Amino acid sequence: MPETTPDSGSGFSLRRSIQKVVDFSEPAIVGLIHLCGWSAIIFVMAIFYFVFSESLPAITGLEEGLDHAEVEKLDMVEFTTSPKWIPESAKRPTFGILALMIGTLSVTVLSMIIAVPLGLGAAVYVSEFARGRSREILKVLIELLAAIPSVVWGFIGLVVLNPMLVDVTGEPVGLNILNAGIVLALMSVPIIVSVSEDALRAVPDSFREAGIALGANRWEMVYKVLFPAAKNGLLAAVLLGIGRGIGETMAVLMCTGHSVNMPTSVFDPVRTLTATIAAELGEAVRGDMHYHTLFLIGVVLFVFAFIINLTADLIVKGIKVQGNE
Amino acid sequence: MSTVAPQLTRTEFTPTSPKRADEYSIRTDDLSLWYGDFQALMNVSVKIKKGIITGLIGPSGCGKTTLLRCFNRINERYGNVTTTGDIEILDKNIYDEDVSVRQLRRSVGMVFQRPNPLPISIYDNVLFGMGIHDAHKSLSKSERHDVVEEALREVDLWNTVKDRLKDRATTLTLEQQQKLCIARLLPLKPDIILMDEPCSALDAEGIEKVENLIESLREDYTVVIVTHNMAQARRATDECIFMLLGEIIEHSKTSEMFLNPQHEKTEMYIQGRYG
Repeated sequence: MPETTPDSGSGFSLRRSIQKVVDFSEPAIVGLIHLCGWSAIIFVMAIFYFVFSESLPAITGLEEGLDHAEVEKLDMVEFTTSPKWIPESAKRPTFGILALMIGTLSVTVLSMIIAVPLGLGAAVYVSEFARGRSREILKVLIELLAAIPSVVWGFIGLVVLNPMLVDVTGEPVGLNILNAGIVLALMSVPIIVSVSEDALRAVPDSFREAGIALGANRWEMVYKVLFPAAKNGLLAAVLLGIGRGIGETMAVLMCTGHSVNMPTSVFDPVRTLTATIAAELGEAVRGDMHYHTLFLIGVVLFVFAFIINLTADLIVKGIKVQGNE
Repeated sequence: MSTVAPQLTRTEFTPTSPKRADEYSIRTDDLSLWYGDFQALMNVSVKIKKGIITGLIGPSGCGKTTLLRCFNRINERYGNVTTTGDIEILDKNIYDEDVSVRQLRRSVGMVFQRPNPLPISIYDNVLFGMGIHDAHKSLSKSERHDVVEEALREVDLWNTVKDRLKDRATTLTLEQQQKLCIARLLPLKPDIILMDEPCSALDAEGIEKVENLIESLREDYTVVIVTHNMAQARRATDECIFMLLGEIIEHSKTSEMFLNPQHEKTEMYIQGRYG
């Protein structure tokens, strides 16, 4: 006898009431999921709004003095072109971030010079040459490398690399661009490896067979077949590594020597944009020019990071479009 | 127009002495192959004649693709393959120590089931093999162009793609891609072309065109073709080898095999009663 005929009692009505709850809760669940999706956008917007609004007074002008009579404005030309960063000067505070930008760029460029070949090489090895257990172990270890906190990396730079560089290079202090570049390279390698390994593994096996069947050895197969086929993914990996380099704070704060300086060689200490914010924001008087200028540096970093991430994203999208052909 | 593309000499696998002007391109002797513990080929001894099209037929898993992939040693890219017995290509044992796999693969080209042109331009695809074998360095730009033109003309693709040689090869139709995959073998002047179900990804029209192309290759190359398609085997091959569970059951002229099969299993298979 069928149990769900309309007059067959409790089984049916229970089902109906469950159905009612489901009908009622469905829009709520859909709304919640929408909220989760949108929250990422809201958070990014909120952060951007906060950083930008805190930096705005430095640009538009700041009322100074007890009587609020003078209006102080940040000299934007000085801000972008002066190498002098003397925020706490009693006579005349100077806010020039040129040396800081050069510091960030020099450390990032050096780290990429080290990390890109290392990372791509490791990715090629893991995806094409390593087999079975050694591949699995390597992948786990590389992911573990990504999990090391940046302050630990800074510690390694300070305690291990610093005396080594003093010994090898003969410089009096080993905290400089080279030290920070090496540490930052080691920090970026895991990102570069995992993204570019994904890109290499996404290359269909039929491309490899085509290359091999035409007589390519494994190395020729890698650079004549895989690199052209995976070039977008590899480029995205490199850009993500650069993003990591520009945004990194604690390790470079500890390893660069943290002195405002226009470097002339890799053995010179520098200071980076990120480390400046980290070191000074806690001491800056809330609401004064120094405080707002630090936020303006934050905006500069935001713009850097945004451009790099956007580029990486567009490149990765480029891969998908080609994949759909 | 008749441009004479610079001739690449055929490689060391070319018969040198008159006594080697032999009628067989490929000979295997007692060839067995294991993937790990699984034996995929059992004591295969076969002689494939030069300058004809030989079909390898048999149900899925019978080892025909495995046998084909032995001939250019591409099986070896999987680590767990063990081989015993001999394979002679153009009277040279390809497992001899002095054999360069690179040269072997230059003499023995391969076309795959799914067209796999590389994601570079059509032009670069045709020249890819020469790049691997360092054969194009001595060529001028116009000579290279001639090589590309000659190869593409030979597969009847030149008129279709001559204005878009710089386009990515993956923008072509599947049929054109498969023709390109054949064309890129030709500048290397191979002796043997192996084809692993070259038409299975194509539509009826594409199949016909590619079959005609294969037919036209017969004069200059020894072609070995794996196929699942009985009608195709009948149409497009001169001799057929029927395999079952890693063994050769029957090897004869295609016309004889399809009219008068010697083995009951061959007969059952080609009549479509199993497989």
